[in-house]
Amino acid sequence: MTTNSPTPNPTPRADNARVVRRLLFVVVGMFGFGFALVPLYEVFCDITGFNGRTKNEQAAANTRSVDTSRTINVQFITRVNKGMPWGFEPEVKSVRVHPGETKVVNFLARNPTGQNMVAQAIPSVAPGEAGLYLNKTECFCFNQQPLAAGADTKMPMQFYLDPDIPKHIHTLTLSYTMYDMTANAQPDVIASFEAATSAD
Amino acid sequence: MSTVAGEMDHHDHHHHAPSGITRWLFTTNHKDIGSMYLWFSFIMFLVGGSMAMVIRAELFQPGLQLVDPHFFNQMTTVHGLIMVFGAVMPAFTGLANWMVPMMIGAPDMALPRMNNWSFWILPFAFAILLASLFMEGGGPAFGWTFYAPLSTTYSSDSTALFVFSVHIMGISSIMGAINVIVTIMNMRAPGMTYMKMPLFVWTWFITAFLLIAVMPVLAGAVTMVLTDKYFGTSFFDAAGGGDPVLFQHIFWFFGHPEVYIMILPSFGIISAIIPAFSRKKLFGYSSMVYATAAIAGLSFIVWAHHMFTTGMPVAAEIFFMYATMLISVPTGVKVFNWVATMWRGSISFETPMLFALAFVILFTIGGFSGLMLAITPVDFQYHDTYFVVAHFHYVLVSGAIFSIMAAAYYWLPKWTGYMYDETLAKWHFWCSLISVNVLFFPMHFAGLAGMPRRIPDYSLQFADINQIVSIGGFAFGLSQLIFLWVVIKCVRGGEKAPAKPWEGAEGLEWTVPSPAPYHTFETPPEVK
Repeated sequence: MTTNSPTPNPTPRADNARVVRRLLFVVVGMFGFGFALVPLYEVFCDITGFNGRTKNEQAAANTRSVDTSRTINVQFITRVNKGMPWGFEPEVKSVRVHPGETKVVNFLARNPTGQNMVAQAIPSVAPGEAGLYLNKTECFCFNQQPLAAGADTKMPMQFYLDPDIPKHIHTLTLSYTMYDMTANAQPDVIASFEAATSAD
Repeated sequence: MSTVAGEMDHHDHHHHAPSGITRWLFTTNHKDIGSMYLWFSFIMFLVGGSMAMVIRAELFQPGLQLVDPHFFNQMTTVHGLIMVFGAVMPAFTGLANWMVPMMIGAPDMALPRMNNWSFWILPFAFAILLASLFMEGGGPAFGWTFYAPLSTTYSSDSTALFVFSVHIMGISSIMGAINVIVTIMNMRAPGMTYMKMPLFVWTWFITAFLLIAVMPVLAGAVTMVLTDKYFGTSFFDAAGGGDPVLFQHIFWFFGHPEVYIMILPSFGIISAIIPAFSRKKLFGYSSMVYATAAIAGLSFIVWAHHMFTTGMPVAAEIFFMYATMLISVPTGVKVFNWVATMWRGSISFETPMLFALAFVILFTIGGFSGLMLAITPVDFQYHDTYFVVAHFHYVLVSGAIFSIMAAAYYWLPKWTGYMYDETLAKWHFWCSLISVNVLFFPMHFAGLAGMPRRIPDYSLQFADINQIVSIGGFAFGLSQLIFLWVVIKCVRGGEKAPAKPWEGAEGLEWTVPSPAPYHTFETPPEVK
């Protein structure tokens, strides 16, 4: 059926080496591909909004016109990661906004422990596709949050929804999970504790 | 036949095989290495099986009676790892080592020294894995799928041992796969074109490509777990900007082709045995080849059906649902071809055929429950229940392992030169067939009723089903000792086997005497 009848090869060893080299190339390539999946996944989620990803960086200032014909209910959920002792909740459970309208919502955090701690909030949006249209112009989640022992704080989050948000989205949920980052705090965040102590 | 005998004479003078342990340590002979792979996998099968016995003993009654939950989790984890990487995969590699060169008329594997190396690192991999069970804090307890953060944030200190043992297993499989590919591409006898190769060779050829494509991805996944746990990276740690769901994508990108790695060689075995005992040519040879390739190709685009409950968008769920269901088309072609081969055949029911028939029926049951699991909306009910456990044990135990046993009975006369004890073998078959169904069939009902997998205790309404399942489990475990007995008996002696003990068998392996001489086909046969 096929024509590649294997005739006795004059240099089978050299031929074997060639096939082995090609196969090893595939092996190394696939090992690299496993790691390449990490940035690919990031890019894919950022583009499509799959997996509730929302851009955790400052959006451009709101210059969009307000679409008063639509109102979207934005809900807030907070949780702390397992073993994280902080109190963390939104000041309001939900707000109703028109697309294009800028809103500020405050989140309350409290460190009940006797130690200075540093935390990082990680956002997630449901439904995932809404994440592409949620723009934050100011958010505590952009940076690590230091909180001295026993202290509490009010953390603002300013956002607007892109007026291009699909028509079928009437409600979206923004969820924050607070992680303990004390062990991996950035140096400038730790420095803020020292500044606060010396100011006292 | 005389040419083969002539070869042997000529071979005796140029080197004497070392005797004792060094014969096995330094051997580069494909038959020696094949036998070592097969024995190793059988030992691992018994070790992994004993862990299953611990699991079933604990689950015999509700409540915690024998082991603590942390140890139970280590048992489910290591049972899975050993059966996948220690029993099924090395058994197939052993069969490939023994049979592929003989089936294509090659004198040995293309890379015999690498072959020795790829076998001999395996015992070390499993020694490391098993040793980790005795470390402080215990061995791996996060399931064989080692989902982050269970394997990173919450795992015991011995996780590094798990990671390194998986690295070694991966290197071994990759070397084995490269060897199979090079052998098949470069060592075929004159006239043995690709479309004349036996299906076992074809299915292994495709499996080997799957192996070199996905084992490196698994190596990457365990490496990321290692650096996340010990070196402060955040591949899967949300606090540091990573994503635990990403772990599941990477793992199942490896994991789904992996399940076909564990079943495609079975298809090749069954495609050799059914025609032999039906005394007919295999129906639809080329469609079998294309179906195998189609299954292998599709296996790369279905991985997220393991992840329907992670909150994927509906569009992605629908894509993965249909892509998964598509696999049943080439699989259906195969089952149809096997049945069509038997149609109007002159069938006899020796033990290899019995195992092959059981394979076709029971694997198909596993395939159907797989189709049920593929349906996204109902998967939300089945996910992580005993229904899933029932499904993958039907395809892996009564599928892959039954095919390995069929292969062992089919080729034992060729390997040992003696016929195995047919009466005992029939006992092994019937005990296995009945107990495997008592063991796994009721699990479907436990799962549908909501019993979660990977738990050491369960609520009272599952007590009866679990008791039946455990009895089936113990019976299946004991039945495998009959197999051990048959194999040992056959190695030690018995009725002399002719070169071709099966009337309807076809293929070059039956043209050499039984037992197959240490060196075969030094002069390539002419294939017409």
